[in-house]
Amino acid sequence: MSGYPSQLGDHLPLGAVVPVSSFLALLQTSGLAPQWTVPSGELTLEIPEGTTILAVRFADGVVMAGDRRATAGNVIAHRRMKKVYPADEYSAVAISGTAGMATELIRLFQTELEHYEKIEGTRLSLEGKANYLARMVRGNLPLAFQGLAVVPLFCGFDESEQRGRLYTFDVVGGRYEEQDYAATGSGGSEAKAFIKGVFEPELSEDRALAIAVEALVAAAEEDAATGGPDLRRGIYPNVVVVNRSGIAEVDESRIEEVATAVLGGRP
Amino acid sequence: MSMPFYVPPEQLTKDRAEFARKGIARGRPIVVLEYTDGVMLMGENPSGSLHKTSEIYDKVAFAGVGRFNEFEMLRVAGIRYADLKGYSYERDDVTAKGLANAYAQTLGQIFTHEMKPYEIEVMITEIGTEPAETRIYRIQFDGTLRDVRRFGAMGAMEETLNKRLEEGIDEMPDLGEAIRLAADTIETVLETTIADEDWEAAVLDRNLGRRKFRRLQDSEIADIRA
Repeated sequence: MSGYPSQLGDHLPLGAVVPVSSFLALLQTSGLAPQWTVPSGELTLEIPEGTTILAVRFADGVVMAGDRRATAGNVIAHRRMKKVYPADEYSAVAISGTAGMATELIRLFQTELEHYEKIEGTRLSLEGKANYLARMVRGNLPLAFQGLAVVPLFCGFDESEQRGRLYTFDVVGGRYEEQDYAATGSGGSEAKAFIKGVFEPELSEDRALAIAVEALVAAAEEDAATGGPDLRRGIYPNVVVVNRSGIAEVDESRIEEVATAVLGGRP
Repeated sequence: MSMPFYVPPEQLTKDRAEFARKGIARGRPIVVLEYTDGVMLMGENPSGSLHKTSEIYDKVAFAGVGRFNEFEMLRVAGIRYADLKGYSYERDDVTAKGLANAYAQTLGQIFTHEMKPYEIEVMITEIGTEPAETRIYRIQFDGTLRDVRRFGAMGAMEETLNKRLEEGIDEMPDLGEAIRLAADTIETVLETTIADEDWEAAVLDRNLGRRKFRRLQDSEIADIRA
């Protein structure tokens, strides 16, 4: 199609088979898309999974938090793993599942959103971002059957509706919008049970932050694969807040304060 | 079998260059200007959505003059190049120099191989944490790649614009001064007045977070020029 071999590749719009603004499609045509080859037959590999990630809606947006522990079987693989990431200026994504694949999925998702924004000159709608993430999860389905699942949690501030929204996913790429709060991972049900007891609509940001941290503490008390705040080592949950003015990662000092208060107040 | 007339390569190149220059000279000019916090890119553009300046990557920006569809293609290709490189290696590995070279090769190939050369010129600029790390590259229709120091104009009347800018600049301007200088120079040289909402201006600003590119709002330009 193109008469001039160039470093920029074949970019004539009518010659392009893939939509020009899709970064993942571009990666696939360039043979650079991440791939994980898995041996056939029964897997004996110990997979680091098990975690607690959660999101709570409050009056102005959403708080999203995750613990820091990564496990391989009954071994603690990492104590300071980051599971909550900004996806773009107005959304955040948290991961549970196979750590290596999940972090790559996030990097790809972040790049995809920015790529779209730069080429089109406008951000994807929040719903559009959630749908795209669902497609990425779906693409991972064959590996999920072999035990290498990645299940994210997604939240953001909907600029057109001016409110915070959150989404959960399943391994087949199902995408579900949640009303007030959501939690997944091995400690997810424990965290959800805690939030259910204290949640009320139109929470303040401080209250939502406290609930998020305390839910992680509650999950860590029951689930071995979830690490609670570790005051001695100075390890605290990752927390981000998304509201009208965008996304912000909450300072560790502020989380330390909340975590200390929460731990002191628990029976 | 028909034999095409022999055209000497000198003549062919000259004709093509003249054709491209004419097209570019019809385009409204863009001024790229270094200021205290980074680099400012500005030009007349009545369209609020078809931009002549763009973000390419965290600290790399693009400006183009001439035919829109032609420089838009380079802009999109540049974003793809940068995102691919940044994803494969690391974000800091994406530099204006690499991109400018890729543009130069592409435009050079098009100039010699295609039916018609592109009637465009583009500038690629990059900022670092220090003013000394600022880079501005200009790539012409035939693939000529030049390093630009502190300021540069391209498009219609660029020689006069460059001369006026040189007279107008002594110390490093702040953003307000840079915008006033660029706008006044363009208005004087083109002998027109341009309404506040018909300007397009963007900056690469060292003080911003990871992504240093920012478009200026019409109201901001109006306030500065008031």
